[in-house]
Amino acid sequence: MEKTLDLRGLSCPIPLIRTRDALADAAAVTIIVDEPAPRENIIKFAKAQNYKVESTVAGGEATIVIRK
Amino acid sequence: MAWVLIIATGVVFGLGAVLLVKAGNPGNYGFCAACHLRDIAGALGIHQVATLQYVRPEILGFVLGAFALAKTGGEFRPRGGSKPLVRFVLGALMVIGALVFLGCPLRGILRLAGGDLNGITGLAGFAFGVASGTVFLKGGFNLGRAHAYSGGTGRWAGYLAAAAALVLLVGVATHAAWLKFSAQGPGAQHAPMFFSLIAGLAAGGLAWRTRMCLSGGIRDFLLVRDTYLLKIYVVIFAAAVAGNLAFGTFKLGFAGQPLAHTAHLWNFLGLYLTGLAAVLAGGCPLRQLIMSGEGSTDAMFTVLGMLAGAGISHGLNAAASGAGVPVGGQIAVVAGIVVTAAIGLAFRETIAVAREA
Repeated sequence: MEKTLDLRGLSCPIPLIRTRDALADAAAVTIIVDEPAPRENIIKFAKAQNYKVESTVAGGEATIVIRK
Repeated sequence: MAWVLIIATGVVFGLGAVLLVKAGNPGNYGFCAACHLRDIAGALGIHQVATLQYVRPEILGFVLGAFALAKTGGEFRPRGGSKPLVRFVLGALMVIGALVFLGCPLRGILRLAGGDLNGITGLAGFAFGVASGTVFLKGGFNLGRAHAYSGGTGRWAGYLAAAAALVLLVGVATHAAWLKFSAQGPGAQHAPMFFSLIAGLAAGGLAWRTRMCLSGGIRDFLLVRDTYLLKIYVVIFAAAVAGNLAFGTFKLGFAGQPLAHTAHLWNFLGLYLTGLAAVLAGGCPLRQLIMSGEGSTDAMFTVLGMLAGAGISHGLNAAASGAGVPVGGQIAVVAGIVVTAAIGLAFRETIAVAREA
């Protein structure tokens, strides 16, 4: 199952919690965030879990694709 | 690269704080996002304690350092609208708690590094506060989305915190008549203005780059076992210990510490309140200053709440001193914890984040 999460504008660490929870029951999650702190936190978390991470930034918004 | 940043940030905060004390700041008072802001509140007439009035350039440096780097790095983004009034209240609560402990969690680390063992009690309270806050987050607490201001007048609101810091900087540099300056007491003790400013700018820039957040460090560890920010705190502590030992300002014990008291329960509960409110507000007092510099009007409202909290604290005789914690402070901390918990339960708006299954 794949999920897309729109986590723009949410205070830390809510984006991280939502990402972690989504990855508990999805094989792949696409995340949209618009602040650097949650973007970096989410990427760091995903890499620490040995998930595959792809991230692109455009116009102040980042799209992160995480695959288990 | 990560290690360079960790060490640079730790040394600038830890050793920088000791050098600021050496240059004139009160003991273990090199950096403090709560007490320094309280002194600014005094300089602006928000409270009337004549010995606690000085626009600390360190704080202005935090905001301006973050602003400058965010702006040049293309990450300055005016944004806001995520329940600013609730954030104002949380900011006030953070500082009311911190002024019972006598320091934000950053000063907690610096106090401990000066040998003040009350730092342990305070930081333990802070960690428990953060842990309690994450329970509310897991329960669905959130203050709703902030939105980017891409056009119109909202875009300029993102510059307000940096502009205010700049105005205050001119005021303190020119010894302006519209600011108050303590003639004696802690407010009269300060490092030369330019040294304080440069230290603040460097620390603010690094705090911006590392997204340093005292509650965030504990929170990230509790949630996902990430220790990046915790490593910075260890380096801050080690650098400050080394500096204090080198300058002979290390004094181990609970009693007789600079700007501190030994009411253990209230040291614990004071920073417990700060930690709890910080998690709900999305960052510790330091982080709020940094985010206000990078354009978040929500963080700016939190900082305004922190200034108001200093006024409330001293106006109601709720702030601690070296003599201990007045009854007003004890009541304020307990009431503050109840109010923060109520906020944690009340704001659980459901946000649809999943776009498709």
